[in-house]
Amino acid sequence: MDLTLSESELAFQAEAREWLAANVPGEPLPSMDTAEGFLAHQAWERKLADARWSVVSWPEAHHGREASLVEWVVFEEEYYRAGAPGRVSQNGIFLLSPILFDHGTPDQQDRFLPSMATGEQVWAQCWSEPEAGSDLASLRSTARRDDERGGWVLNGQKTWSSRATFAHWGFGLFRSDPEAQRHHGLTYFLFPLDADGITVRPIAQLDGEAGFAEIFFEDVFVPDADVLGAPGDGWRVAMSTAGNERGLSLRSPGRFCAAADRLVDLYRERPDPAFRDGVVDAWLGAQAYRLYTWGTVTRLAGGGDMGAAGSVNKVFWSELDVALHETALDLLGPEAEVGSRWLDGYTFSLSGPIYAGTNEVQRNIVAERILGLPREVRG
Amino acid sequence: MRFELDDDQRDFAAALESLLSAADPVGAARAWAEDDHGPGLKLWARLADLGVTSLATDATPVEVCLAFEALGRHAVPGPWVESAAYLPVALGREVDGVATVALPPHVPYALDADVADRVYVGSSPATSVGERVGSVDRTRHLFPVSGDGEVHEEAFDLAVLATAAQLLGAGERILADSVTYVQQRKQFGREIGSYQAIKHALADVRIALDFARPLVLGAALGEVPASAAKVSAGDAAYLASRTGLQVHGAIGYTQEFDLSIWLTKVRALVTAWGTPAYHRGRVLAGLL
Repeated sequence: MDLTLSESELAFQAEAREWLAANVPGEPLPSMDTAEGFLAHQAWERKLADARWSVVSWPEAHHGREASLVEWVVFEEEYYRAGAPGRVSQNGIFLLSPILFDHGTPDQQDRFLPSMATGEQVWAQCWSEPEAGSDLASLRSTARRDDERGGWVLNGQKTWSSRATFAHWGFGLFRSDPEAQRHHGLTYFLFPLDADGITVRPIAQLDGEAGFAEIFFEDVFVPDADVLGAPGDGWRVAMSTAGNERGLSLRSPGRFCAAADRLVDLYRERPDPAFRDGVVDAWLGAQAYRLYTWGTVTRLAGGGDMGAAGSVNKVFWSELDVALHETALDLLGPEAEVGSRWLDGYTFSLSGPIYAGTNEVQRNIVAERILGLPREVRG
Repeated sequence: MRFELDDDQRDFAAALESLLSAADPVGAARAWAEDDHGPGLKLWARLADLGVTSLATDATPVEVCLAFEALGRHAVPGPWVESAAYLPVALGREVDGVATVALPPHVPYALDADVADRVYVGSSPATSVGERVGSVDRTRHLFPVSGDGEVHEEAFDLAVLATAAQLLGAGERILADSVTYVQQRKQFGREIGSYQAIKHALADVRIALDFARPLVLGAALGEVPASAAKVSAGDAAYLASRTGLQVHGAIGYTQEFDLSIWLTKVRALVTAWGTPAYHRGRVLAGLL
């Protein structure tokens, strides 16, 4: 067992730290879910990309540094420690890009990756539908074949689509075979959000900003060139995210460690012993998550895969994030309701147990796939 | 960067596991509770042969954790933390035979002083041993002692870590036995383990133990304080014990059913070698 970084990893860390110290904005950017804040976050992505820090684990040919998994975790640690802005491009770089690398055609990679890396094109994820949330495979939006034009015609509705209010492109699953059930007969599509027939209606989130949108599709034509993977194979393509460990299932520990350190600072300023345990437990949780992640990274580097451990992870970090921010608000006392970075963080943390698979769904996965308990009866 | 056991460490853990699986440690624990120390001392000798009593002086804290996790998983009785973690470091040498120690106020009693060859307060021999006090864990026989030995900080931290590892092992055992039980027990025509209320409760135990382990091993490597490991392993094992009892129902509430051995041990170990409040205070003091 050895928790030390190699010489080259240390050099990488030092370079990241130095660049971030010199370039992270002194004041937080306005919310990325406002028109002004979205542009400011896009400009930040451009700056990151120009210094090749926006997609460190991508190949050098695509703005990356071919960073190893260890280096990626190190970079994320430095990024959040420096208090750098949230990533407006995260749906693209963390969720879509692994699929583009694995299943995209060379043409798709050339067309989409560069502008994703620079933040010029921001992507929105279009999974949920009004009647398909946790049960995503029950989705009803359709794709009808159009041989004449060489493509597909999309109809239906997607919702709770993060970033879609201001984003440029979307990715999502549509039912391309009306006879097929559930996970079969779905196709993975990429589409510009300003295409003919698409209507994006912003939805204000708990904080009042338009972080979500619902998207209506009315005879939207998508050429074959914008189908990701084989038609009918969409579910497998979407779930086969070999690189997805860098996204949500292996959410970087840096953000929790940085937040826990700030919580300790807050306690130092307002040492109310009534909330001592909450502060300690948040710090312990962040450290546990950091060390657990190094264990996962070791396993992945040795050729293992995440398996259902991603579900263990997700429940833990999302609940840690809520508890950590609740403790901060406890320490702020009657000031807690006043707008602050802590309040923003708290509001955001509340979404964690819901998105990326609710924690109830994750607990089912842990119970069934890790503990071996009987599967849920499906309706 | 490699946060995973190496082959030698895995082999050592496997050797311990195979010895303990075949040795009826539960029988030894039940006998120990009734003052029959024979089977427990026989097991003690076999574990000492495997090197468990020399780990604190001759190996790293990682090996100490592996051994104590196994002791916890199998509910091995006796003053192991005292003889194989605290005293070897405090005295600077492997302990010959069975020894025990008290360190008031955090370790107010000497565990199993009646069976120990030597009894210490801190690093000095105890001046007197009082009347036995009962523990919630019937295998833990506690004795008030007098003496004026000092606390050895490094030894205390290793004992705290060893206790944390024991809790981790006990928690894992309770979870494993509970998962087995809920797959067998049927009510309303189906295995109770198919009900989501049961599945989610056990999933939460899995998650708590999975995130306690890296703090135990991290503390063994000096990455976080031993107190961090104790708080986290204590919380996880206690959650396992509460959930384990609940999913077993009435049978779990009996002394006859073996689960009781781990339920009572976890309760005792949660406050042994420093309470959770003490250790949280220590973690915080280190941060401020």
